Amino acid sequence: MKAIKTVDLTKEYKNTVAVDKFNIEIEEGELFSLLGVNGAGKTTVIKMLSCLIKPTKGKAFIKEYSILEDENEVKKIIGVSPQETAVAPNLSVKENLELICGISGFSREKSGEKIKELTKQFGLDEVIGKKAGKLSGGWQRRLSIAMALISEPSVLFLDEPTLGLDVIARSELWETVRSLKGKVTIVLTTHYMEEAEALSDRVGIMKNGKLLALGTPEELIEKTSSAKFEDAFIKIIKEEEK
Amino acid sequence: MKMLAFSKRCAKEILRDPLNILFGIGFPVVLLLLLSAMQANIPVELFAIESLAPGTAVFGLSFITLFSATLIARDRETSFLQRLYTTPLKSSDFILGYMLPLIPMAVFQTVVCYVVAAALGLKISADIFLAIVMTIPAAVFYIALGLLCGSVFNVKQVGGICGALLTNLSAWLSGIWFDIELLGETFVKIANIFPFIHAVEIERTVINGNFSAITEHLLPLIFYVVITATGAVALFLQKMKKQ
Repeated sequence: MKAIKTVDLTKEYKNTVAVDKFNIEIEEGELFSLLGVNGAGKTTVIKMLSCLIKPTKGKAFIKEYSILEDENEVKKIIGVSPQETAVAPNLSVKENLELICGISGFSREKSGEKIKELTKQFGLDEVIGKKAGKLSGGWQRRLSIAMALISEPSVLFLDEPTLGLDVIARSELWETVRSLKGKVTIVLTTHYMEEAEALSDRVGIMKNGKLLALGTPEELIEKTSSAKFEDAFIKIIKEEEK
Repeated sequence: MKMLAFSKRCAKEILRDPLNILFGIGFPVVLLLLLSAMQANIPVELFAIESLAPGTAVFGLSFITLFSATLIARDRETSFLQRLYTTPLKSSDFILGYMLPLIPMAVFQTVVCYVVAAALGLKISADIFLAIVMTIPAAVFYIALGLLCGSVFNVKQVGGICGALLTNLSAWLSGIWFDIELLGETFVKIANIFPFIHAVEIERTVINGNFSAITEHLLPLIFYVVITATGAVALFLQKMKKQ
């Protein structure tokens, strides 16, 4: 069974087609990156797949569940780290994690175990008692991803996980994402080509709501006869403009 | 269980903001102390503790609107709500989670007000307990108004509308700080259209043992509670769907 399958997924607003007949199949455990210039429709795809907005046309499935008909079931098996760091600022790191455990219906015992596990995995020990609002951008992002993961999702959506981070924080966060590879299906959006190339099993390149290219970074480099992945990305985007 | 986890978080967010404590508890207490000091020097019937304490208790509740509206508006602005919308929380969990923790806070605020009033000379009787219970409809009104404003406005707008406009409306149209009859019949009619004066009069009638007059003020207040709560829930759900 595919982790994610979309069929002609489309989102239209008044005068704009934000996502146009988006078709994709993502395998379980795959790390899939959605790339594109600003306004390409990447975040809209994630919002539809995580049941935040309804598609205008088409359908999509997370495992066997339809995003249109089985919203509650979908929400039980996904984790989302939104583009903006979404943490409760006056709660400590531990309390933020406890909140998601509570919302996921975990027992006190299981919550304790999961918090211990995620704290270790994300290196949050040194900030565990600090208020989330007082943390640096890098720590907040880590916490945000830990919050998305603590509910044991099958599919994890990371929307621009390194947006606004300095180079060190970005590198550390990519290492964290790398450590999750294979354990959970990950769909992420990013503007950083090098990291996407190094981490992703496959990438999808979007522009104006359309999926222009799909494949492994090597396949796309070969297809466009480029020297490196960034050149391949630029060629694909420019080709569309012609 | 899920709703409780969320409401616990909302309570912590509000209680850990020192400005909330300052305005919610500190400001009404300071008002009681200052106006009682004035009353001691220049006696005014309106500022007698039997009249001042119920008014201040109700006025303090207007800050509850500011607390809840700010929390909801901030959650919307920071994408925190968006994150929670992708979890198994239901719409009823959100609404109750935001509203329920504010009821004990409102009751606590009222208790503090009456304790200070007792220290300032308010006669301690069972009527005080009834008065505390009778603030609950007004508390629900102010909490629902917070849910409504937080669903529609951003944090900056909430500060202006709930922090300035609402507290002024509560002050001007409630007869707490001056006798509204001094401003004429038209002003009295206008004030009676709004719920503020009714909330204060319910408290005053209870404190003064005049229970027969409660119904005439309770009915219009209940009307506002129902309208505001219904509007708040509808708007919150509409905004939730728009995500």
